[in-house]
Amino acid sequence: MTTLTKTEGEKAPTGPEAFLSVRDLRVRFSTEDGIVKAVDGLSFDVERGKTLGIVGESGSGKSVTNLTVLGLHNPKTTTVEGEIILDGKELVTAKEKELEQLRGNKVAMIFQDPLTALSPYYTVGRQIAEPFMKHTGASKKEARQRTIEMLAKVGIPHPQSRVDDYPHQFSGGMRQRAMIAMALVCDPDLLIADEPTTALDVTVQAQILDLLKDLQQEFGSAIIFITHDLGVISDMADDLLVMYSGRAVERGSVREVLRNPQHPYTWGLLSSMPRLGGDTSQALNPIPGSPPSLLNPPTGCPFHPRCAFTDEVTGNRCSGERPPLAAGRASACHLTAEQKQTNFIDKIQPRLR
Amino acid sequence: MSDNLTLPAQQGSKDTAAETLLKVEGLTKHFPIYGGFPIKRKVGAVQAVDGIDLTVGVGESVGLVGESGCGKSTTGRLITRLMEPTDGKITYKGQDISHASRKQLAPVRSEIQMIFQDPYSSLNPRQTVGTIIKSPMEVNGIKPEGGRENKVRELLELVGLNPEHYNRFPHEFSGGQRQRIGVARALALNPKLIVADEPVSALDVSIQAQVVNLLQKVQDELGIAFLFIAHDLAIVRHFSKRVAVMYLGKIVEVADRDSLYNRPRHPYTHALLSAVPEVAIDDEIEVKERIRLAGDVPSPISPPSGCRFRTRCWKAQDKCASEEPPLIQLSGNLDGHLTACHFPEDPTTEARGEDVVLDPALKALEDSAADEAGATVTKG
Repeated sequence: MTTLTKTEGEKAPTGPEAFLSVRDLRVRFSTEDGIVKAVDGLSFDVERGKTLGIVGESGSGKSVTNLTVLGLHNPKTTTVEGEIILDGKELVTAKEKELEQLRGNKVAMIFQDPLTALSPYYTVGRQIAEPFMKHTGASKKEARQRTIEMLAKVGIPHPQSRVDDYPHQFSGGMRQRAMIAMALVCDPDLLIADEPTTALDVTVQAQILDLLKDLQQEFGSAIIFITHDLGVISDMADDLLVMYSGRAVERGSVREVLRNPQHPYTWGLLSSMPRLGGDTSQALNPIPGSPPSLLNPPTGCPFHPRCAFTDEVTGNRCSGERPPLAAGRASACHLTAEQKQTNFIDKIQPRLR
Repeated sequence: MSDNLTLPAQQGSKDTAAETLLKVEGLTKHFPIYGGFPIKRKVGAVQAVDGIDLTVGVGESVGLVGESGCGKSTTGRLITRLMEPTDGKITYKGQDISHASRKQLAPVRSEIQMIFQDPYSSLNPRQTVGTIIKSPMEVNGIKPEGGRENKVRELLELVGLNPEHYNRFPHEFSGGQRQRIGVARALALNPKLIVADEPVSALDVSIQAQVVNLLQKVQDELGIAFLFIAHDLAIVRHFSKRVAVMYLGKIVEVADRDSLYNRPRHPYTHALLSAVPEVAIDDEIEVKERIRLAGDVPSPISPPSGCRFRTRCWKAQDKCASEEPPLIQLSGNLDGHLTACHFPEDPTTEARGEDVVLDPALKALEDSAADEAGATVTKG
């Protein structure tokens, strides 16, 4: 498996084509109980027109990362270090005014729960038109025209009349469609979708995912797609980042990471999920223990208290030394490339049948 | 199509040797809606559950899947008699409990237990774990050998918690551990049937498998029958030997696990299965059919006439609107595989010649993309 180590060195982290690049991002919240290290040294790139999937359990820092990109954190209690560069512009140190010009214009967001993300006080049409009027200086009439066009595009029936409805008059799937219309109204270059389908039923989820994919082809936006569902990621993303305890533990293309995962946590995620075509007589293989507290994360590799492969690493490196995540296709683990490969083929792959 | 039909078969597992524990016939629950001024009158009803038949054998695990609002949770609550049904009959061990009084129910209650979805709101934050697990025994006046406290410690050990945590409070535990406490509480009375209402959907992926394995262990070792209610088709398939699919208060298809997942007949089951996103771990995965329904589930206040799925079905015809399809065994299906459809699908989930895309926006986008692709080809 020398090819693996080779690729690690080959791919330079900052591709010039990267539209968004995040470098060594650290986000800390000060709370009553102490400092929460929500994101701890995270780096990734998103290319134009591509979809980056971020998977992780709750509390792994995936949502915080993306709120920070948009500057939606509370500046009073949050310290942000590192670099966020969007299209050549540094965002960590940017002023609120500059961020305001980006939000909803160049970068837009789709939230998990469309009922709480939409204001119950304004009509859906007004909420969609607002960013359009603000960023393009369009008149009310033009904005309304554009809103109706967008609603039609995302598949709301009778957009001419539904534009004046309030969010409570929409069903769950329609609200999420309205959110997508709102996010896309200014033709953003980057769309951040934070668990956009978690609150929806499977049949509606399938509609929304396909809609997002088709719209991406038409609009050419880059998408950061956050979810905890590996199945959804497999369907949506080009590249994949697996997060655990505020850090990226594995990175690569979706194909590489899901077909040949190299990190024990990714192995655990894959083998703990039942599959529609799987063998039902076999028990599932859960990851023992539970995710660590971010107030007091484990030393060294954050996954080592739950990891079944720590014996294979010489010395106490797992608990003493934090494994680095190399650039490109890589996993942050002290196991050698050879050990990863043999473990995956011998112990993990047979369980995935 | 009528030659496709055979006599309605007695619903139940193939091996009828297994004794029936619970039988539900024509179970109905309508929640009234009141409106008007100044005197509020009943103006309608949410038809949450509308005439379902289901049996659960001794020690059998039955899955109930469906989307939100299809009445699966209400069904669970009716069976545990946390609600009184509007109509229909629930028979537990030959005893009709559909309208039984509190007194009549008392002995039955200890045998039918429930595990709730949200481990955060289903445990009293002011009670210790010991009290929570002990109280069902106190209420029912059960004095196990060695005392209640001992039994609680045994239960804690059985569900994989440290018995020394007897005096801790729920907030000291993580979500997965709380769900284990919920399981221990359900087991405290040695139940014969556990209704598990979305027991793992509030948990993280890596924890879900722990709880599913625990429930499976409990089922195997103690021989408890389960009604496993969930919306996750893969987890239901893993846990349940027989699965029923619900849509808008009705069961549309019920079959043993392999028939339902590999040879589904109802269009809705096809749509559900095709909508589940699957991890592509290798290239060998067979290409699944692609069905994209339009819109959401209609309101249960005024459900469509006839077949309730017809408004979202690609095969719907006039007959579907006028005549409600009975839940019957179609020819070519195994015993116990019942489907409620006038125009059933072929029993396969493989990709069909053309995708079924009913969503207008998706269709428009895909057609225009196809047109563009076609245009560039002709240009070239």
